[in-house]
Amino acid sequence: MIRSLQRFGHAGLSVCAKFGWAGLFLVSALVGRPNVVLGFKLLVKQLYSVGVFSLIIIVVSGLFIGMVLGLQGYSILVDFGAESALGTMVSLTLLRELGPVVAALLFAGRAGSALTAEIGLMKATEQLSSLEMMGVDPLRRIIAPRFWAGQISLPILAIIFSVVAIYGSYMVGVQWLGVSEGAFWGNMRAAVDFREDTLNGIIKSVVFGAVITWIAVYQGYVAEPTSEGIGRATTRTVVHSSLAILGLDFLLTAVMFGEV
Amino acid sequence: MTEQSDILIKIRDLSFFREARPIFDGVNLDIPRGKITGIMGPSGTGKTTLLRLIGGQLRPNTGTVEVDGRNIPTLSRDQLYHVRERMGMLFQSAALFTDIDVFENVAFPLREHTDLSDSMIHDLVLMKLEAVGLRGARRLMPHELSGGMARRVALARAIALDPDFIMYDEPFAGQDPIAMGILVKLIRLLNDALNMTSIIVSHDIDETLGVADYVYVIANNKVIGHGTPDAIRADESPRVKQFIRGLPDGLVPFHYPAEPLEDDFL
Ligand SMILES: Nc1ncnc2c1ncn2[C@@H]1O[C@H](COP(=O)(O)OP(=O)(O)OP(=O)(O)O)[C@@H](O)[C@H]1O
Ligand SMILES: [Mg+2]
Repeated sequence: MIRSLQRFGHAGLSVCAKFGWAGLFLVSALVGRPNVVLGFKLLVKQLYSVGVFSLIIIVVSGLFIGMVLGLQGYSILVDFGAESALGTMVSLTLLRELGPVVAALLFAGRAGSALTAEIGLMKATEQLSSLEMMGVDPLRRIIAPRFWAGQISLPILAIIFSVVAIYGSYMVGVQWLGVSEGAFWGNMRAAVDFREDTLNGIIKSVVFGAVITWIAVYQGYVAEPTSEGIGRATTRTVVHSSLAILGLDFLLTAVMFGEV
Repeated sequence: MTEQSDILIKIRDLSFFREARPIFDGVNLDIPRGKITGIMGPSGTGKTTLLRLIGGQLRPNTGTVEVDGRNIPTLSRDQLYHVRERMGMLFQSAALFTDIDVFENVAFPLREHTDLSDSMIHDLVLMKLEAVGLRGARRLMPHELSGGMARRVALARAIALDPDFIMYDEPFAGQDPIAMGILVKLIRLLNDALNMTSIIVSHDIDETLGVADYVYVIANNKVIGHGTPDAIRADESPRVKQFIRGLPDGLVPFHYPAEPLEDDFL
């Protein structure tokens, strides 16, 4: 009994220590005098590889999810004769939940894993060491721009996701199944509150963006520098960030919409 | 740092452990300024580890590593990065940046630490590449280079900033005889013309003894011998003799520490 309590305490402490290290790691990457010109160039490059390369998967998934929502929503609502509420239902679901969460999950799988693998390989091939020996801090040079790029990209991607998905449900609901176009858009406009819905969704994806890229760059940086170690680190990035996204989503939803 | 001592790097009572296994145990070592110092020893004795200790990438368990009078393990992060701008290091694995081409790899430290114009950087990079015989390869990507070429590009990058001292980790590995001869000359030339201090880590005995001014031999966690190349060649201590002549049996073990053979096979 005491033994297992002890083990539990140990595990708890080591988790805390890991969080501490990861936090310290992030702080030392981000704090300090930035070199504006160089920093901007590096950021643009990373925005391209982290953000733009995730665009296709976000758009395609968004379209399909929107179409499915349109189809399912219609078949439920039509039983109550409420198919004119399709626009409301779809837009609220997307802006509040599905947009930020699904975009974040896709982002973790697409960009997070790539970040971890890239940084892990840089470590394994001693590129990080050689940066250090050239007097260039890899935390600021490699980690910081990637972190900011992920942080900036995800909210934008989540908005794109929601917009495309709403368009997908419009195609299915209005153009295919025959919901009235005026009711679709009109009800949506009446129901969606900018602060309550859109802004809260954006806040969620800002939080998710920070957490995913933090996990991804940290896992890459501490990966065991072997092919096996990098493989494991990549898996950990996807698993940890997916769990973190879903857990945090519940917390954020409870805080944002809980007291209704 | 008012008077410049003849010793650039001074290592005293250095001990370093990997987990419980000692890599160094009470090592004392002096790297003379302006000279080429060879560090030789069997594979796995910790030559690369020693360079990382000098570069501040690893911290010793005890002892001091003084570079130009400053004890590396006690420096703050910023101070350490400042000191490193004057160090060059050629990694055993080349460690080129894989997302940029040969030219940009060599230009990297120049862009990072100087405000030179693009045309200056262009000329400097081509000079360095010419010195290692790879001016024509400037537009290749690292994955298009052979192992030996990659190490020569890495060498060009390490000398791009004309550092005060430079550490070569196995510069001769994977080089054909012609490249080897050119490298030996180049190392000598750089050292003398630019007044650098060089450390060569290698187990190519002939090349190292040929180019170095002073040689340390490490094995069994310790310095087992040091002296001028001639003195090392003539060294009568059995361990140094064994290593230099490449005799299989003797006091310098070929095997990584292990249980007695019987225990593993019974
Ligand atoms: N990251 C590490 N973790 C644990 N042990 C290590 C690590 N790196 C090196 N070692 C151990 O430290 C010892 C010294 O390694 P080092 O790379 O310094 O040897 P070396 O003298 O450079 O050998 P070589 O001539 O083969 O390059 C080796 O026995 C190795 O097992
Ligand atoms: Mg080595």
